[in-house]
Amino acid sequence: MEEIKDFELTPELFEPLEESEKNAEKIAYESKTYFQDAWARFKKNKLALIGLCFLAVMVICCVVIPMVSPYTYDGQNMAIASQNPTLAHPMGTDRFGRDILVRVMCGGRISLSVGVIAATIALVVGVVYGGIAGYVGGKVDMVMMRIVDCMYSIPDTLYVILIVVVFEPSMFSILLGISISSWMGMSRQVRTQVMTLKEQEFSLAAFVLGASSKRILFKHLIINSMGPIIVQFTMLVPSAIFSEATLGYLGIGLSVPQASWGTLANDAKGLVATRPLECMWPILAICLTMLALNFIGDGLGDALDPKKK
Amino acid sequence: MPKPILEIKDLKVYFGGGGFIKKAPLVKAVDGLNLTVYENETFGLVGESGCGKSTTGRAIVKINKITDGHIYYNGVDIDTIKGEDLKQYKRDVQMIFQDPYASLDPRMTVGEIIREPMDIHNIGTKEEREQRVRELLEIVGLKPDHIRRYPHEFSGGQRQRIGIARTLALNPKFIVCDEPISALDVSIQAQVINLLEHLQKEMGISYLFIAHDLSMVKHISDRIGVMYLGNLVEVGDAESLYRHPMHPYTEALLSSVPIPDPKTARQRKRIVLEGELPSPINPPSGCVFRTRCPKAMEKCALEKPQMKQVGDRKVACHLYDDK
Repeated sequence: MEEIKDFELTPELFEPLEESEKNAEKIAYESKTYFQDAWARFKKNKLALIGLCFLAVMVICCVVIPMVSPYTYDGQNMAIASQNPTLAHPMGTDRFGRDILVRVMCGGRISLSVGVIAATIALVVGVVYGGIAGYVGGKVDMVMMRIVDCMYSIPDTLYVILIVVVFEPSMFSILLGISISSWMGMSRQVRTQVMTLKEQEFSLAAFVLGASSKRILFKHLIINSMGPIIVQFTMLVPSAIFSEATLGYLGIGLSVPQASWGTLANDAKGLVATRPLECMWPILAICLTMLALNFIGDGLGDALDPKKK
Repeated sequence: MPKPILEIKDLKVYFGGGGFIKKAPLVKAVDGLNLTVYENETFGLVGESGCGKSTTGRAIVKINKITDGHIYYNGVDIDTIKGEDLKQYKRDVQMIFQDPYASLDPRMTVGEIIREPMDIHNIGTKEEREQRVRELLEIVGLKPDHIRRYPHEFSGGQRQRIGIARTLALNPKFIVCDEPISALDVSIQAQVINLLEHLQKEMGISYLFIAHDLSMVKHISDRIGVMYLGNLVEVGDAESLYRHPMHPYTEALLSSVPIPDPKTARQRKRIVLEGELPSPINPPSGCVFRTRCPKAMEKCALEKPQMKQVGDRKVACHLYDDK
């Protein structure tokens, strides 16, 4: 066997790179942000897309129909009381002669905004609370999470009913009640996310660079938990709408003539046997919106989970 | 005599011991480590997984809390620095992480990642930062149009270079390299090693280079320290330690390095260590290596060997007691 000898490297031994090699560092494909990627995946889910379209139509109808309709939600006209659907009143009229379509759409305004606002409050509170508990950890985390456990042990409906009864039924008390009963789930979710992410090297890197805790928590940890947070949010909206509808149906929701889907169903419940349609409209609106929101939540869950990529 | 930049004195880092109802067992990750890194030097720290080398690196950048002992940076105890001095320390001392896939925030563009240290420390105007990001990208051999890309669009080697660009943004004086090449392909390892060496020459940075691959460490290091179960067993000049290992553990480690020459490879004897690394929860008495040492004596179980100067290096082994 021949011995391998040391030899000296001289400039003649080198040859210049070929032109094509010089672009070795180039990235050929188009750059996509995280949300562009997620949207591309979301679009593939037909059910979620249908849900999104339905929700968009519902929101537009709720905003536009009461504005352009010649009828108002509280305008009574006994001459046309208890009519079946006609061209002038596509959903018919109730026993005071009010147009049901306008009332359902006005109810939708209230139900949907209660859902979105309550879920947003729960989101902000839950993210900040869970974020701090997860990031600080140790005894602070233990105390904060035991408080959450205690609040969890009381049934949601009980909170809402108690708060609404104490503060008088109004938009404010209903929102307060629903938000208080729904932020705990969000905070638990965020805490778990933050606890896993804070041990990742990129947050350690930010720490080594001298970043403040606030910066690490909000710029790195929360931003990276955005996927599960958004999914949780889309699940909170329907549950808030549901809570409000339950309250309305129990008769401790908004006071007449204001109406939400829940109170509309409550108003009409005595007529189930004789005029089932009147009761059906608000219930149909609730069911379809719930279904749409759940499809969207599901689709988002798949789209935002990078592990499914 | 070169000036020491970092001195570690009797460092102890323990984990656990807490617990609400039942006490968790105490893990002695680093147990009485002494080490000095001089200015403009690369100190290689080697040892098998779980010997505490990463913990040492993390204690230097203050990720892990020091249980006992001291780390001095330019003569100042890093445990006591506060306020402006702490900010300066965070600018001077940086870390390159092991996993280039985890060490970059997936939601930030490369430009944002490299600019972040300057944002944190409020250095320069927006345009100056932009300019510096471009400079840094060029230094590590990436293209300026990579600025708006996301980390997942790059290969491992490229990402590691992005990480290096980030650490360089603050002109550090000391960098802890925590196995910066072990997650990379062999062909890419040289890329990163050469970059690190080049930067040292240009900017006069000192490195603490943590790795378990001895041949790569020998290539880049001026001096090497071999760690076993939370402590150093041998420290010496890279070349001489590699040629003539003195501690039985170093010998075993070196015998596991493949030699790219079949003739020599056939002649040498491989030392295969028996058993597992003992648990740092309950380390053996006396010399911690004695349970696996082929040359263990009676004395080893009774007395912990102290680090002493033997020839051109320091060894902690009873074999060299009378020399």
